[in-house]
Amino acid sequence: MIPSTLDYTKATSLDEALAAVAAGARPLAGGQSLMPLMRLRLAAPPALVDLNGVPELVGVCEDGDELAIGAMTRHRDVAADPLVQQHCHVVAQAAAGVGSLVIRNRGTIGGSLCHADPHGDMPAAVLAAGGSVIVRSASGERRLDIGDLVTSYLTTSLADDEIVTQIRLPRNAQSAYAKFHRRAIDWSIIGVGVVIGADGVRAAATGVADRPLRVTGFEDAINGGASPEEAAAAAGAGLSPTSDLDGSTEYKQHLVGVLAAQAYAEAAGR
Amino acid sequence: MATVERKATGGIGDSVLRKEDRKFVTGEGRYTDDLKLPGMLHAVFVRSPFGHAKVKGIDASAAEAMPGVRAVLTHATLPVETGVLSASNPPGSDVRQPEQPVLARDEVRYVGEPVAMVIAENRYVARDAADLVIVDYDPIAVVCDAEAALADGAPLVHSEYPDNVAATLKHETDGFDAAMAKASRTVELRVVNQRVTPMPMETRGCIGDWQQATGEVTLYTSTQVAHFVRTFVSIVCGTSEAKVRVVAPDVGGGFGAKLNTYREEFAVCAASHKVGVPVKWIEDRTENAVATIHGRDQVQYYTAGVDDTGRIVALKMDAIQNNGAYHQLLTPSISHLTLFMVPGCYDIQDISIRIRQAFTNTTPTDAYRGAGRPEATHGIERLLDAVADDLGMDAAEVRRVNFIKPEQFPYSSSTGLIYDSGDYETTMEEALRLADYAGFPARRAESEKNGRYRGIGLSTYVEVCGLAPSAVTAAIGIGAPGWEHSTVRLHPTGKATVITGTSPHGQGHATTWSQITQTELGIPFEDVEVIHGDTAFQPYGLGTYGSRSLAVGGVALYRSLGKVREKARELAAHLLECSVDDLEWTGTAWQVKGSPDRAKTIQELAGAAWAAASMPDGSEPVLEATTFHDPPNFTFPFGTHVCEVEIDPTTGRVEVVNYTAVDDCGNVINPMIVDGQVHGGIIQGLGQALYEETVYGEDGQMLTPTLVEYLVPAASDVPPMTLARTTTPSPSNPMGVKGIGEAGTIAASSAIVNAAVDALSGLGVRHIEMPMQPARIWHVIQEAKA
Amino acid sequence: MGQTITVTVNGTAHTAEVEPRTLLVHFLREQLMLTGTHIGCDTSTCGCCTVHVDGEAVLSCSMLAVQADGCAVRTVEGLEQDGELHPIQQAFHENHGLQCGFCTPGMMMAALGIIEQNPGASDDEIRHALEGNLCRCTGYQNIVAAVRSAADQMARS
Repeated sequence: MIPSTLDYTKATSLDEALAAVAAGARPLAGGQSLMPLMRLRLAAPPALVDLNGVPELVGVCEDGDELAIGAMTRHRDVAADPLVQQHCHVVAQAAAGVGSLVIRNRGTIGGSLCHADPHGDMPAAVLAAGGSVIVRSASGERRLDIGDLVTSYLTTSLADDEIVTQIRLPRNAQSAYAKFHRRAIDWSIIGVGVVIGADGVRAAATGVADRPLRVTGFEDAINGGASPEEAAAAAGAGLSPTSDLDGSTEYKQHLVGVLAAQAYAEAAGR
Repeated sequence: MATVERKATGGIGDSVLRKEDRKFVTGEGRYTDDLKLPGMLHAVFVRSPFGHAKVKGIDASAAEAMPGVRAVLTHATLPVETGVLSASNPPGSDVRQPEQPVLARDEVRYVGEPVAMVIAENRYVARDAADLVIVDYDPIAVVCDAEAALADGAPLVHSEYPDNVAATLKHETDGFDAAMAKASRTVELRVVNQRVTPMPMETRGCIGDWQQATGEVTLYTSTQVAHFVRTFVSIVCGTSEAKVRVVAPDVGGGFGAKLNTYREEFAVCAASHKVGVPVKWIEDRTENAVATIHGRDQVQYYTAGVDDTGRIVALKMDAIQNNGAYHQLLTPSISHLTLFMVPGCYDIQDISIRIRQAFTNTTPTDAYRGAGRPEATHGIERLLDAVADDLGMDAAEVRRVNFIKPEQFPYSSSTGLIYDSGDYETTMEEALRLADYAGFPARRAESEKNGRYRGIGLSTYVEVCGLAPSAVTAAIGIGAPGWEHSTVRLHPTGKATVITGTSPHGQGHATTWSQITQTELGIPFEDVEVIHGDTAFQPYGLGTYGSRSLAVGGVALYRSLGKVREKARELAAHLLECSVDDLEWTGTAWQVKGSPDRAKTIQELAGAAWAAASMPDGSEPVLEATTFHDPPNFTFPFGTHVCEVEIDPTTGRVEVVNYTAVDDCGNVINPMIVDGQVHGGIIQGLGQALYEETVYGEDGQMLTPTLVEYLVPAASDVPPMTLARTTTPSPSNPMGVKGIGEAGTIAASSAIVNAAVDALSGLGVRHIEMPMQPARIWHVIQEAKA
Repeated sequence: MGQTITVTVNGTAHTAEVEPRTLLVHFLREQLMLTGTHIGCDTSTCGCCTVHVDGEAVLSCSMLAVQADGCAVRTVEGLEQDGELHPIQQAFHENHGLQCGFCTPGMMMAALGIIEQNPGASDDEIRHALEGNLCRCTGYQNIVAAVRSAADQMARS
């Protein structure tokens, strides 16, 4: 199928991009989710501003206690980046599993977060990592916890004139991401990121609601001294994933525990 | 299997690399969407978003006003004479044939049914304009499930048919009741063969080009059956069949999806007639999911009467087939093929079969790879395991007890077929050996140590292919014969043109037909050109489906080659001034027996026959021959597939860890191509077993409209396979060949499900429905443990 | 409304006017008549349209032609050099890695992306790297063998 008529500008700087979104254009990142929606005419933005030519949105660096990842850094590069692999493995691992090779070659971390698919891996991985995003508009900059960015199905709290420019990730020593899907290319039915930090274990899941959620059942149990098996059994408590062709609510609740335990074991082994 | 050396050229039995490949690996293949005709316009169809609705009105004014739009056609304005026609009228079935207008008239009966057709200067404008066509629908209650459709009080798909019954097939042997009464026990099983979608990677597409001055129409279409399409276009569009040319360019997979005649094929011809220039339509994938036929969708209730040795003495199957909203080309006949194969490869003398076919508010079902036989095989193979389970027998042993024995061939089946040849036990033993069946308990124990369930499953299948003896197709109410055509033409330079009525779309006929020509006529492989898929160049042919190409079309070629060889012999005798009886065939030449210096090569004879300077009395110039071969019987390939799975109880995922297939398709022309057919066939069967299901919601909406929801497996989702063959030639044709296109698909699903059931048999699990997605398996395990 | 773009395709620069919404795959197929790149889905799932843009294997159905302005695109038509098949083409032929041929161009372009990124890929890695390319004919066994063979061949040369 074919997108609806649209205007297109290619930004070569962040300022150009911000001016374009202020004028009503929708940002186009890697396009691996947006373009199919446009082809199916489930999305029909009248104007796009292409962020693929904005150099300041690309790359990974250390900034104080955090890693700073440019929003337009591609999944393949996030997955392969030594800093991300070392200091925020959960995000590197999630990036390595997004879609297929050709999709990771083009798709971006910022694009995935802003697309806010309820089965996307990146929002859950960043939530587990305790990450946040830097949001810019022509009038200024603000910082949003990832839990405050993604608000519902394919919906974020961004204003129309805002762009996510950077993802900020606290360093962690031990973390991992585990996902379950039917075919390798499919969206996760459930994915769980686990971070073992100085202040305890954080876990977050995708596929459990209209947005990624902390797996508090698992966190509370394991932080309270329970074994991983016991924590896994408690993981689904309070979560009510939708029953659909991929499985029942009960099955998905069970998977959250399986994957949380799997990610926890892998993180602990790092 | 033992790798056979691959060659650049060769004859029968050689693994010759395909001559088709170069154009495909260089991007020079020419599929329908690659064709561009002068002045061509593009069509987009407006399709029903409802499973069932009255169409109260269509307002196309905004679309018609859009710049670049040439026309918006509806039922009222599309110039056709009739609707889509089915060629399938099984006798005694009381089949009903509802009218299927090319564009819906006043009612739509499934999501995706075409209502209007927008024609514009390019596909972008046509798409935009289609969104502006306003159709006033009045929704009606829907029914999508076939069992629900046959229940009292179900919504009616066609108001003129008060029970939604489309047709009923029945067959019972005289001794059935007595045989069942004698059984020492009965085993019952309900088996669902879920709806699936063929999903060739190339969707459908077509271009209609109507010449206004002459009334000639050329239709380029992605089809397996150009000649069927020609006949139906002439009827539906109201023109002479002699004025219709149908071209199948390169076709990107079919699997039965393109063994049909579709509304869009008629619509582009009629639209071209109307607007005066060529009209192209290319199906989107989301359209393909609703506008192209689906397969399977049959629910079976089995009762096996069994004696104490495990022998099935009587078998009853009562099934319900979901036909969808209308009858496509062969819809009512697909479950006739199921009926034929209900007893499988087992000597079951007494049988009772009823298959009720239902109309529902879904896309029509029709032939999908295997077409009715996978349903039969899956059911009987599941049933054999259930019988083994009931008696505490080994799955292989219960098959040995029931197999038709080699000395029983030709074997008259209780469903009226004559199986040509077979040796089922030898093939099974070979498969069991290759799969190390004896070593399975140790592997299972090892898996158990790792917390996984391991199971092994067999599928010992036989299928009916090589469609078909024309007398049989007539007897079962298929309005088309089953013969095939070939022409062999030798040029004065000694090169050959082979024209075939088969219509390959991945099967490699250019290669295999060249191999046959090299062996039978001595023309080198590389000197043979094969023409197919264009009704202008071919006399009548029937196409490629039902694993028929070699057993019918290949044999037609073999016979034409023989005719040419014999004509060449007469000419050689004339030129060498001897009797034809004095000549012997060397493989490439006729020579006087024992005198290599007195010989004429086939190339020399081709040149002499063309020059015609000195011909035998009464002999016409040119070495050319045509054959219309009507097979005397079907062929019956068979084999054993052995699948081994591991199940992760924590997630429910079924992983195929070993897959061994031993197939017997008679004599083989090109082992490499046969292996490729088996590989692909198995993975389509695996797709149905583990991943694929076409799902409708209760409101009639299609819930699996894209490749995101409809899970065609990828490379990382499938196992490597071990293949081997036995060879039991068919006595039904001089080449001893059978067919292999569908065998893998027919065999695979039951092997995989049987393995999964075996894996969980320790928990008391006796049956699992397809697809065996992780969630289903996890629930099966939970319920079994509870 | 058209925008003028210049795209270097298989070494040749093409300047053309396109509607901004034109998909790269349609630009290649319908304006440049490079019909070897195919369309098999609407959802970035099948990989039939895989081409290389600035050396990366990407889906040309999920990119606008205007986004390729100034880029170097390689399609299946650019693989053969001076009448010699590229090793990946030769390997698909020699291993019977294709039947109907429709997925083949995208499959080969994706495979080339893998071989170039990971020349020593194992069969398992090859299967995972091809997970975004669907084939309905071959069951993948011979495709994996073909990619394995091409990788070995390219590593040797």
